[in-house]
Amino acid sequence: MKSIFLTTLALLVFSSLSATAGGYSVGDKATDFRLMNVDGKMVSMADFPSASGFIVIFTCNHCPYSIAYEDRIIALDTKFKSRGYPVIAINPNDPDVQPEDSFDAMVERAQEKEFPFPYLLDEGQKIYPQYGATRTPHVFVLQKDGSDFRVRYIGAIDNNHEDADDADEHYVEAAVDALLTGAAPAVESTKAIGCSIKYKK
Amino acid sequence: MRFLLHTLTLVLLPAALSAQFLPPSSSIFERDGVVIPVYENFDALAPLFDQRSDTTVIINFWATWCAPCVEELPYFEELTRDHGTRKIRVILVSLDFRKQLTNRLLPFLQKRQMQSTVVVLVDPDANGWIDRVDSSWSGAIPATLIFNATRREFREQTFSREELQSLVNSFTGIQE
Repeated sequence: MKSIFLTTLALLVFSSLSATAGGYSVGDKATDFRLMNVDGKMVSMADFPSASGFIVIFTCNHCPYSIAYEDRIIALDTKFKSRGYPVIAINPNDPDVQPEDSFDAMVERAQEKEFPFPYLLDEGQKIYPQYGATRTPHVFVLQKDGSDFRVRYIGAIDNNHEDADDADEHYVEAAVDALLTGAAPAVESTKAIGCSIKYKK
Repeated sequence: MRFLLHTLTLVLLPAALSAQFLPPSSSIFERDGVVIPVYENFDALAPLFDQRSDTTVIINFWATWCAPCVEELPYFEELTRDHGTRKIRVILVSLDFRKQLTNRLLPFLQKRQMQSTVVVLVDPDANGWIDRVDSSWSGAIPATLIFNATRREFREQTFSREELQSLVNSFTGIQE
């Protein structure tokens, strides 16, 4: 009886922890990472000393939402890399669960689409839970603060996944534009429908 | 001809039944005998979430391309088919893209002969409606909302058959 009680208590504590723990809020310090890029080299944010921040996007090959946003992610990098906010894309999925998101498939997709940004595999899936990414695509705009990276925006790229031309709120673009003028983003977090991140149960 | 009539009855009956339950949709997707209400705007679908009765309403957000969603769909279908005397309504809200309705959703539904009510929600401004379903929802699918007059539970997860049955039983009691 006591053990049932303890188990229940442990489950309750664990479930409340998992609901709140893990995942950044705006203002939090974000961890750096060292992950394999599609060119075979390891990439960290520390490798970009002249960057003012980063547009970190958890995304992948297979998810239709990610595919719908590929060209817009390229456009974000094209617009903001030269202004100090390059895109770093990270595939958070376990390739054993989602074979279309294997490293080889990432390499292939990056070549096909000529991704101008790093496309990294979250090998071992240690990074996405720290950020609190739950879906693809899921964006974290970070701003350099001394040697730290502060989270300034979390959420969607814009407000129309199906048609870029019909989007009239460009959340990430507006957030980075604000940061570039020294202001805080007017919209700091948004939600979007996306594919759940795939991990072994 | 008789076959055609039979098919029509099969297809139209669930649609007719759902008509009294579902709020009016912006448009209807109708092809090859399949009739699906399409909601262009969450506002139109919102009254569904405000119903409070002795019926247990199970609303599942899914899409044909979402593997973990498709994996759990049979368990929702079982609830629709085998609920016995329990008052249960399963509504599967497809988030398939508008341009995929004909080439993906339609063949999917035809192949599986789905019995649950299927509607399509194509409101692209998800940031505007995700919190209206549940504030704890991050936006990842599958996601499921279960409610009746007295209780409401939201889950952002893929269900096993046992997990779903046990949660629904906690609302309705066990079917004898």
